[in-house]
Amino acid sequence: MSKKDLSVEYSTILIFALAILTMPIWLSPIGAGYPDLLQKFVIYGIFAVGFNILFGLTGYLSFGHAAFLGIGSYATVWSFKLLGMNVIPAVIFSIILAGSFAALIGYITLRRSGIYFSILTLAFAQMCYNLAYSVLTPITNGETGLRVLKTDPRIFDHLFGRGQVDGPLLTDLFGIHMTGYPGFYFCAILLIITYYIAMRIKRSPFGMMLKAIKSNQTRMNYTGFNTRPYLQTAFIISGMYAGLAGSLLAITDPLAGAERMQWTASGEVVLMTILGGVGTSLGPVLGAGLIKYFENIFSSYNDNTLHAALSFMPDWLNDVLTIIISPFVGSGWHLTLGALFMIIIIFLPGGIMEGMGRIIQIFKPNKPGGSTKTASQG
Amino acid sequence: MAILQVTDVNKNFGGLRALHEVNLDVEEGAVHAIIGPNGAGKSTLLNCFVGLLTPDTGSVMFNNTSLLGIKPHEINQAGVVRVFQTPQIFEDLTLLENVMIPAFAKSDGAFRINAWQRMRQRTEIRDEAEHILEDVGLIDQRDVICSSLSRGDKRRLELGMCLIQHPKLLLLDEPTAGMSRADTNSTIDLLKKIGERGITKIVIEHDMHVVFSLATRISVLAQGTIIAEGKPDDIKGNPKVQEAYLGGAEI
Ligand SMILES: Nc1ncnc2c1ncn2[C@@H]1O[C@H](COP(=O)(O)OP(=O)(O)OP(=O)(O)O)[C@@H](O)[C@H]1O
Ligand SMILES: [Mg+2]
Repeated sequence: MSKKDLSVEYSTILIFALAILTMPIWLSPIGAGYPDLLQKFVIYGIFAVGFNILFGLTGYLSFGHAAFLGIGSYATVWSFKLLGMNVIPAVIFSIILAGSFAALIGYITLRRSGIYFSILTLAFAQMCYNLAYSVLTPITNGETGLRVLKTDPRIFDHLFGRGQVDGPLLTDLFGIHMTGYPGFYFCAILLIITYYIAMRIKRSPFGMMLKAIKSNQTRMNYTGFNTRPYLQTAFIISGMYAGLAGSLLAITDPLAGAERMQWTASGEVVLMTILGGVGTSLGPVLGAGLIKYFENIFSSYNDNTLHAALSFMPDWLNDVLTIIISPFVGSGWHLTLGALFMIIIIFLPGGIMEGMGRIIQIFKPNKPGGSTKTASQG
Repeated sequence: MAILQVTDVNKNFGGLRALHEVNLDVEEGAVHAIIGPNGAGKSTLLNCFVGLLTPDTGSVMFNNTSLLGIKPHEINQAGVVRVFQTPQIFEDLTLLENVMIPAFAKSDGAFRINAWQRMRQRTEIRDEAEHILEDVGLIDQRDVICSSLSRGDKRRLELGMCLIQHPKLLLLDEPTAGMSRADTNSTIDLLKKIGERGITKIVIEHDMHVVFSLATRISVLAQGTIIAEGKPDDIKGNPKVQEAYLGGAEI
């Protein structure tokens, strides 16, 4: 890699890091500058960045990645229960466990491609969900969800004399509690690291092979590549990303439930990636942030708050609008999401990143090269 | 010595007899042309060499090892590389990437985690890829996404992708179809030049100008059977060949 490429890469990651770390500042004007929501942005950002390594680079659309998210969460809570509230072993344990499951599931599902692959992954994830919900109740605590109890062994906590805690049990990183802003910064730093790794993967020869598989797998085979191990590796890596995201969800809120593995959660990460821009580096992070932001806004409304928000209108109009809008907010916010998604797919199939590209084009219309398409590094 | 030995190959598609008792010996270093009318079974024959199809009966030996029953990527690794009749390239990638990827196949085809070495290799491979793009006359478009190329350019690119692999046996299915006369001639020159590097070639071609400028030996396939084989001069005068080509004014 040339010096110039490297310096571009470093400045990209630097800008990205700054943007992420200053999120509490620049997101507060739009009412998103509080840690609980910011944590969600970055955690789902990690999830989507990892998902994009599989879907964006190889074109293999998994509909089952929520399974790894759930496995990561369960693994983390178990690490808290057995080893103690320190997050480091929890994160490591989750990544390893999710990676192992991904190796197994990938080994089976990657025998097929296209729609059959998608369906196999979906079936697998639903199996995991159902197992977690019923058969595996001793491990997952079924419907109630798994949480840490004061009576749990927490070996290291007791070893270091932190076994007895007044008040609620809090996750910590060597004494810093992972709630509020410290929790956010912990997740944010992990997002920056994993983003950088994903960027390197994309630009490495390995990433080039993955893109080639997406472009023309037949050619790849006749060019002397055994594509299976490449796909398998990409699948495992993205499974590990999902495991990390699941772990962070449990770290910021030490509760793991089966619904985290449901197919809607798998679908959500697909939406995030497509909304942001499949195959681009930044797109999935933007998509994740946007969906979580809108989810937060729209799902918080109910009929009364809606009525109050529209109170500046004449009463009759207020009533009518409330009736029209209310199915789209609150628990019905998925309706809004669906509509948003359709608009994006129809008008901007390349997602937000394509939209931004178009805007940039408007401002510099006479780019040299004219009509020929050249490669862009997203 | 024959580098490729095809013995009694039969292939049927349902009731259609696509290949019937085909025998073919390709000598090392030769440029072996296979000609014949449309639907004669020429592409089908190549498909049997690269693992795209398995013959119903018969054997295909390359350097005395069978090419049947092994995977396409293993056949490529053995040194048999193919240009397809409809260009098979990585449409979403740049020309440079298209040529670089095949260069990685030798070391990474079977996937080894050896990132460090690959990083070092990368500059070497990039240089070599640029060289190849110069050879096939596409260096000016190195950073263009391939889907915008003309059909003739795609063909030349695919040829470049095959050449960077330093094949032992290169299979060319109509390498000049869709090219202008000038491009055809430069492709002929290129193929002659790589002939000097000792790459054995099998060329399927309808353009007799190309065939007779390149071939050291010609087999004529019609309705799945080889009806004639010999030196170019012998084939030129062969009445059976004239007949197969319906008057064959071209020859
Ligand atoms: N996969 C297939 N299934 C069924 N029939 C096939 C298949 N492939 C080829 N054929 C038939 O086999 C015959 C030989 O086809 P082939 O493509 O080998 O001809 P060709 O000599 O390459 O012709 P052309 O010069 O047009 O490329 C044709 O009649 C074709 O329709
Ligand atoms: Mg053909």
